[in-house]
Amino acid sequence: MTHPPNRSPGYRSTILRAPSRPAVALKADPDAIELTSPVFGHGEVGALDADLTRQHEGEPIGERIIVTGRVLDSSGRPIRNTLVEVWQANAAGRYAHAGDRHPAPPDPNFTGAGRCLTDHEGRYRFVTIKPGAYPWRNHPNAWRPAHIHFSVFGTAFTQRLVTQMYFPGDPLFPFDPIMQSVPDAAARERLVSAFDLDVTEPEWALGYRFDVVLGRTPMED
Amino acid sequence: MITPSQTVGPFFGHALPYETGPDLVPEGYPGAITVTGRVFDGAGEPVPDALLELWLGETGTRGVLRRDGEGVSGFGRCATAPDGTYRFRTARPAGPYLALLVFARGLLCAVATRIYLQDGPDPLLDALDPERRATLLARADGDVHRFDVRLQGEGETVFLEF
Repeated sequence: MTHPPNRSPGYRSTILRAPSRPAVALKADPDAIELTSPVFGHGEVGALDADLTRQHEGEPIGERIIVTGRVLDSSGRPIRNTLVEVWQANAAGRYAHAGDRHPAPPDPNFTGAGRCLTDHEGRYRFVTIKPGAYPWRNHPNAWRPAHIHFSVFGTAFTQRLVTQMYFPGDPLFPFDPIMQSVPDAAARERLVSAFDLDVTEPEWALGYRFDVVLGRTPMED
Repeated sequence: MITPSQTVGPFFGHALPYETGPDLVPEGYPGAITVTGRVFDGAGEPVPDALLELWLGETGTRGVLRRDGEGVSGFGRCATAPDGTYRFRTARPAGPYLALLVFARGLLCAVATRIYLQDGPDPLLDALDPERRATLLARADGDVHRFDVRLQGEGETVFLEF
């Protein structure tokens, strides 16, 4: 099983929020509106929206990184012109969100939100800084591994995916109930980006690669 | 091969919602309706940190993110208020229902449902017992259609798998 079960008691917030009844399988219906998806115009996303290090007066503190990859369908075909949104904590592990109470310094030069459209090969590319790990109150001494949130559309509303990208070799993986909610070890690996020297730009930024593969649409079955 | 889903978490408010996200049509648009309601958890408490996405089935001409065109956008996004309320201003869909996705802290996968603006013969509705069917029907009060999402427990909304 690829996706985590919504009821994953190790992640405490699921206990009162996961539906208790199984989802109702919709019978094949070629007219179902969920088989279509918004189409994005290029004017809707600015060129700088994909560079999270240039959204303020100064540069954010932290390790500058490039995160790039492709959005693919389950047959490996590129999904073009689709919207990819990312958001993350700053280098100290703090979000630019009023609700984040972690006593780590905010960074006035870092909002931590970006978006772009995929190109003809399904490729996206962000410049950002490596987010920090941070504590949360799920259980005693709970820490989230460093991650970047991803939101991806695809060609059908049924493919809509929100996920999190992790960094290779993080020692927090075994202790994180959100990552571990994915039951299959090979599936969990697909949440982990790969360090890539070819993406890395000399004397400027380390590079990570992360492909996002969306699920089948019912019409593909 | 497929990338697994992970929760949207609690801290998306500075990233995903956008100013005109809940307004699929501009103010005063002829025939506009309001679709509003609240999101509740299994204890009946409001969910103050959910994100809802509405889809009409066509992109339309108004623009998805910038809303600088004329007419209708087919996509809307709205974060819930502290009391769990969401509110969209939209055009009527071509068919009887709107597609809705709900993301929240504590939901490892988004849940999908439909808001039916009118009851009637329908392959999905007809396959449900009356109590469950009722969870997919909005209550109309003039141009305002009320639709609550109950994630769990009594009156739990029917969620869909495609």
